[in-house]
Amino acid sequence: MVKEIERAGIPVVHMCTIVPISLTVGANRIVPTIAIPHPLGNPALSLEEERDIRRTLLTRALKALETEVTEQTVFEK
Amino acid sequence: MLKVVHYINQFFANIGGEEMAHVPAEVREGIVGPGLAFQQAFGEEAEIVATIVCGDSYFNENMDEAKKIIIEMVKKYNPDIFIAGPAFNAGRYGVACGTIAQAVKDELNIPVLTGMYIENPGADMFKNSLYIVSTKNSAAGMRDAVKKMAPLALKLAKGEKIGSSAEEGYMPNGTRVNFFEKERGSKRAVKMLLNKLKDKEFVTEFPMPDFDRVAPNPAVKDVTKAKIALVTSGGIVPKGNPDHIESSSASKYGKYDIEGVMDLTEETYQTAHGGYDPVYANEDPDRVLPVDVLREFEKEGKIGSLHRYFYTTVGNGTAVKNAKAFAEKFAKELVADGVDAVILTST
Amino acid sequence: MKLELGYVFIKDIQFAEVSKVENGTLYVNRDEVKALILEDQNFKSADVELARPGESIRIMPVKDVIEPRVKVEGPGGIFPGTINKVETVGSGKTNVLKGAAVVTTGKIVGFQEGIIDMTGPGAEYTPFSKLNNLVLVCEPVDGLKQHEHEKALRFAGYKVAVYLGELARALTPDEVHTYETPTLVEGIKLYPELPRVAYVCMLQSQGLMHDTYVYGVDAKQIVPTLIYPTEVMDGAIASGNCVSACDKNTTYHHLNNPVIYDLFDEHGKTLNFVGVIITNENVYLADKERSSNWSSKLAEYLGVDGVVVSEEGFGNPDTDLIMNCKKIEAKGIKTVLITDEYAGRDGTSQSLADADVKADAVVTGGNANMVIDLPAMDKVIGYPEVADIIAGGFDGSLHADGSITAELQVITGATNEMGFNKLSAR
Repeated sequence: MVKEIERAGIPVVHMCTIVPISLTVGANRIVPTIAIPHPLGNPALSLEEERDIRRTLLTRALKALETEVTEQTVFEK
Repeated sequence: MLKVVHYINQFFANIGGEEMAHVPAEVREGIVGPGLAFQQAFGEEAEIVATIVCGDSYFNENMDEAKKIIIEMVKKYNPDIFIAGPAFNAGRYGVACGTIAQAVKDELNIPVLTGMYIENPGADMFKNSLYIVSTKNSAAGMRDAVKKMAPLALKLAKGEKIGSSAEEGYMPNGTRVNFFEKERGSKRAVKMLLNKLKDKEFVTEFPMPDFDRVAPNPAVKDVTKAKIALVTSGGIVPKGNPDHIESSSASKYGKYDIEGVMDLTEETYQTAHGGYDPVYANEDPDRVLPVDVLREFEKEGKIGSLHRYFYTTVGNGTAVKNAKAFAEKFAKELVADGVDAVILTST
Repeated sequence: MKLELGYVFIKDIQFAEVSKVENGTLYVNRDEVKALILEDQNFKSADVELARPGESIRIMPVKDVIEPRVKVEGPGGIFPGTINKVETVGSGKTNVLKGAAVVTTGKIVGFQEGIIDMTGPGAEYTPFSKLNNLVLVCEPVDGLKQHEHEKALRFAGYKVAVYLGELARALTPDEVHTYETPTLVEGIKLYPELPRVAYVCMLQSQGLMHDTYVYGVDAKQIVPTLIYPTEVMDGAIASGNCVSACDKNTTYHHLNNPVIYDLFDEHGKTLNFVGVIITNENVYLADKERSSNWSSKLAEYLGVDGVVVSEEGFGNPDTDLIMNCKKIEAKGIKTVLITDEYAGRDGTSQSLADADVKADAVVTGGNANMVIDLPAMDKVIGYPEVADIIAGGFDGSLHADGSITAELQVITGATNEMGFNKLSAR
C-alpha cells in the first residue's frame, strides 16, 4: 500500500515494527515502532507515558516526511 | 482424432530466409516442415489439419492486419489446439508466435501452445499468460522441443489438468503448482549446495520475487501547514466492524470519517485484525491509529490538519495483489482531497 | 562423536498382555500406557488407540509425533533435559523402533494442530501414514490452562515413546548405521581437500504451540550455538510446536532430521560435514538481528565453505531466513535454503514474506495453501469437530459426511522445511 500511495505522488512514512519486510517491499521513509500488537503504545506504561512515546514517534514521522531522501531510509531518531 | 493447426514462419516453411521475411500469411493443408515431427509424436491421437505460414517481418509490421487474417484462417478449421513455433531464439518469430497464440486464445477460446528459448523477447512478454515450452536456443533443439511440446499440446487439447512447470516443461509463469519430486527436499538441497560450491549450474526451485521500487516523493516543505492523512494495515475500524472487514485475507478496505473525533476509545473503535493479540489495540486503538496525538499536534500547530477520513484494512495474510489494488484506488481519493502526506501504520 | 544407530524394523502394532517386540511386531499393554499417562494428574482420563498404514483412520488434532528410541550404550538417555537427565548424548549405541511412532492428540487451542490420514489422498502428504502408530488421546482436567495442557501432553508423548523404546534395549537391530563427526581439528586433517559444510537448523520459538526445546531449554532463550549431529539423533532437540501443522517439525522430524542424514551420506566423500548450528526465530526484531548475526559469525568461525539452512514456519520467520542467508553469504559462504510457500490457493501470490537477491538457491516443500479434499474415514481418533477452525480450514471445511476440504496446511508434516518429503512446487 505504501508504494501505491508513493506512486500517486504523496510522500508517505511507514511506521512499523518488522522493518526488514518494509525495506524488502520498498517503503522509502520508515520509522520503527514498539511492537507488533501495539506499534504506537506500550501497555506496561501509564497513559501519559504512552502518549509521550506516541508523540516522540509521530514527531519522528513528521521529520521523516520533511526530510529529502534519495533511497530507503530508516529514521531511528 | 484431435485437430491441430500449426503456425510457422517463412524459414521453417522452406520459403527462404531473411530475404523472404515479408511474405504475407498463407494457409496450406496438412503438414509443412517441423509439423512432421509433431505429427510423428502425436501418432493416432491428433492430426495437423492445416499449417499457416507467415513471414516474421510481415507479421510484426502489420500486426493487426495479420492477426485478423490468421484468426479467420484458424476459425475455418475449428481445431482442438493451436501450436505456434517453436521459435527458439528468433526474436521476431517468438514475438509473432506469442502474439498470434494469445490472439487465438482470447478471440477463439481455443487452447494454445508455443515454444521458444527463455531469452527470446517473446518469452517475457507472454509467459505469464500463455504456456510457453522452454526450448534450446537453435533449431538443433527441434527434437527436444517437440518431445516436450507434443504431450503438453495433447493434454491442453483434451482439457486435462496441467501440472507444475517443472513436470510439463513450460516456463514458470508465476503460478506455483505442487508436485512430487523423485528425491526428498534435503537431498535436493545437498546436491544444490555441492553444485553451488563447485560453481556448477543449478536451478533454484523458487526464484525470489522482483520487488519493484518507487522513487521517494519530495519531502513536505512545511509540515505545520500540511494536511496529513492516516492509513493503517492494523485493522482499526469503528466498533462493531460495520463493514465486516475480514480478520485475515481481507477482501476490502474501509474509509471512515473522524471529523470531530479527538481520540479513539474502547467504546467507539476496535481492531478487526486476527494476526496479532488484539487486547492492546482494543483497549486503546490510538496505539495503532494515533488519532489522539495527531489531534494534539493539529491544535498546537505542529501539523496543518488531520484529514477527516482514515483508510484501513487488515494486513494478516492479505494477498499483496489485493492490498495493492486497495491503495491504488484510495490513493486517488487522497490526491483529490488535497492530502499532502500520509502516515501509514502497520502491526 | 560417534553413534551407532540400530534399527529394529516394526511392521505391525498390536495390543497384548505384555509389552514387547517380537518378529517385527510391537506389542503394547494398553493399560500400562494409560497408567503412565495418568501419572500426570493434569489428565482426567486417557485412551490409547492403534492406527496402521492403509487403515481408514483419521487422527486429529495431532500435537506431536515421536519415534521410540533407547540409549543402549554411552552416556545419557533419550530426550535429555526433558525425560532423562541433561547428560550429553550422541555417542555410543542407540536402538530405534523403526516403523513405529507415538502420536499425541489434544484439543489445546483446537484450531492449529494437524491431521494425519492413514489412507486416501491425505496419506500421500504425510510421512506418518506409513508408520504403525500408537495414538494417545488424553483428556485434560477441567479448567486446565493452555500452557499447562500443552506441557502435559508434550511430556506424555515423550514418556510413552521412552517406554516403548525400552522394549528395544536388549534386541539385536536389523540394520546398524554408524555416524561419526570428528572434532574440527581432526576433520581438517582427515579431509583437507573436501569443501567444509555446516547445517544451520532454525528452530521455531514463538510461544504457546510454537516452541522448541534444546536439552530442555526453551529455544526462545538461547543464542545460536553448536551441536553435534548425533546429539540430535538422541532427542537433544524436542518439539513443542505444531502450528501450522504442515511445516512444523515434530519430534519425529528432529530425531530423523533428513538434512543431517543426507549430509552424512556425503560426508568424507564429496564434503566435510563439520557440524550443526542451531538458531531460533523470536518475535522481537533485536532477537532476529542478534541470532542471525550469531549464526553467520559461527559459520565463519567454523571456516565452512557452504551451509544448508532449514526454516521452520512462515511469515515473520521468513525474515529470520533471509537475514541468515544475507549475513552468511556476506561472509563469502554459500547458502542453500529450504523453505515452503504460502502462495495463495491459486498459487499466484508472493510465496514468502521477505526476499533477497542473495537467496538464489532455494529448495521448496510446496505451497501450503493448496486446497485438498480429504474423504471421510471409517474412524476418527481424537476430536473431529475442530476441522472447521483448523489453520488452513475454514467455515464449512468439515462436511456432513465426514469429509474435509481444507488447505494442505492442515496435514501434519505436509510441507516440511527440513526437506523430509518429496513434495515441491514450480
